[in-house]
Amino acid sequence: MRCPINGLRPVSEFQYAGEIRPMPDPDTCSDAQWADYVFNRNGAPGTKKEWWLHIASGIWFVAERDTAADKVLNTYLYGEVPQS
Amino acid sequence: MPFRLLRFAGASRYPEGRMFRAHETLRPAYDVVVIGAGGHGLAAAYYLARDHGIKNIAVLEKGYIGGGNTGRNTTIIRSNYLTPEGVAFYDESVRLWKDLAADFDLNLFYSTRGHFTLAHTDSAVRTMRWRAEVNKHLGVDSELVGPEDVEKACPQIDLSCGGHAPILGALYHAPGAIARHDAVAWGYGRGADRRGVEIHQKTEVLGIDVRDGRVTGVRTSRGNISTPKVLCAVAGSTPRITNMVDIRTPIYIHPLQAMVTEPMKPWLDPILVSGSLHIYVSQSARGELVMGASLDPYELHSTRSTLDFVEGLAAHMLDMFPFLSHAKINRQWAGMADMTPDFAPIMGKTPLEGFYLDSGWGTWGFKATPVSGKTMAYTVANDRDHPLIEGFRLSRFAEYELTGEKGAASVGH
Repeated sequence: MRCPINGLRPVSEFQYAGEIRPMPDPDTCSDAQWADYVFNRNGAPGTKKEWWLHIASGIWFVAERDTAADKVLNTYLYGEVPQS
Repeated sequence: MPFRLLRFAGASRYPEGRMFRAHETLRPAYDVVVIGAGGHGLAAAYYLARDHGIKNIAVLEKGYIGGGNTGRNTTIIRSNYLTPEGVAFYDESVRLWKDLAADFDLNLFYSTRGHFTLAHTDSAVRTMRWRAEVNKHLGVDSELVGPEDVEKACPQIDLSCGGHAPILGALYHAPGAIARHDAVAWGYGRGADRRGVEIHQKTEVLGIDVRDGRVTGVRTSRGNISTPKVLCAVAGSTPRITNMVDIRTPIYIHPLQAMVTEPMKPWLDPILVSGSLHIYVSQSARGELVMGASLDPYELHSTRSTLDFVEGLAAHMLDMFPFLSHAKINRQWAGMADMTPDFAPIMGKTPLEGFYLDSGWGTWGFKATPVSGKTMAYTVANDRDHPLIEGFRLSRFAEYELTGEKGAASVGH
């Protein structure tokens, strides 16, 4: 897998941390909206933007991955414009 | 003289009856459509036909029956769970399992072996004691035992586990058993087929029709069906179906891998599980060691298996059984696990009238095959959640009332 800073590293050096999901404002959202954010997931296969951690260097980044074919399409730091 | 075999060899037509009939076409309408011909879906169809008099049922299967997780699990049956809801549910399942082969007139190779969940730390021993107490309170045979009892049941084990994770005790569950997973699908399938249920393989569900908040039909790769009731029993692929009816669930899918060794003469009587080493192992009727470990650590909709899984599991197996270093791995595979936040299933009615879920089976579904068939049949027939599955309702997440079974799931997470 390609860490945006360190380049290609073995997959065992990385940790998956789930799909990036927008968080509602906990002070103003309803209990139902909060439960939906905490528990519900986008479970079907597809290309998803996910949080990944490069454990060796402590770098968190975004990976766009096809979760059916297990192909990483792109990796970039959060906030960067992805170049593909 | 093997007369039957000779007759068979000389016959021009295959003399054995088929397990179930193939149907040329789908009927235009059914009373119930079951999506998924795994153990759970076929069991639900079987009990609907047998106990509720509903026979106009189609079970739709994208591939071949039992080809999903029913054919990919490591066949462990037990009821030593953590919550009262879980224990009551799985205990009913063990009760149903015992009579299943007689019901089917089919050998399921059901074998009661005894099940040890090994504890390698003080906190693990405390959890085992907790589970033993909950189990005993509900009439389930479980108890906390010491390392000497583990060694007596399994003399070949290295109690020190390579020196770094010594076994301090175990939860011993005498009713723990294994069975032939494929046979369960065939048994329920044949039983359902004999009672008029139609099993349609190679039939993929493409969409579900909804009008005025209720189900009206199903669109498939072989034609459209109208029906008022749909049971979704495709754990491992549930989100694809719930997306068709705009129902949100907590389910996320990770692969779960498994492997078997070559057959060897019987030496491992009990089923062993180790949370610290992340392994579970039993010896099948064919003499193979059937082994599994943790979930794959990321979401993936695939049944591919990997070398690093085999290496990791083999290394931990050798901690417990150093003498296996020359045993050969015969085969490896994977299933897809419908994971939930509380490691309990999601079953019953949904906000959509006529749409029922039997899902969220994660790594704990095979043992529940009979009881989920029975409770889902009741639920679909009566349009009311069976009392045993109320703890598994979809709405429990929005209600913040989870049924926490992570401490009793044997699979590493």
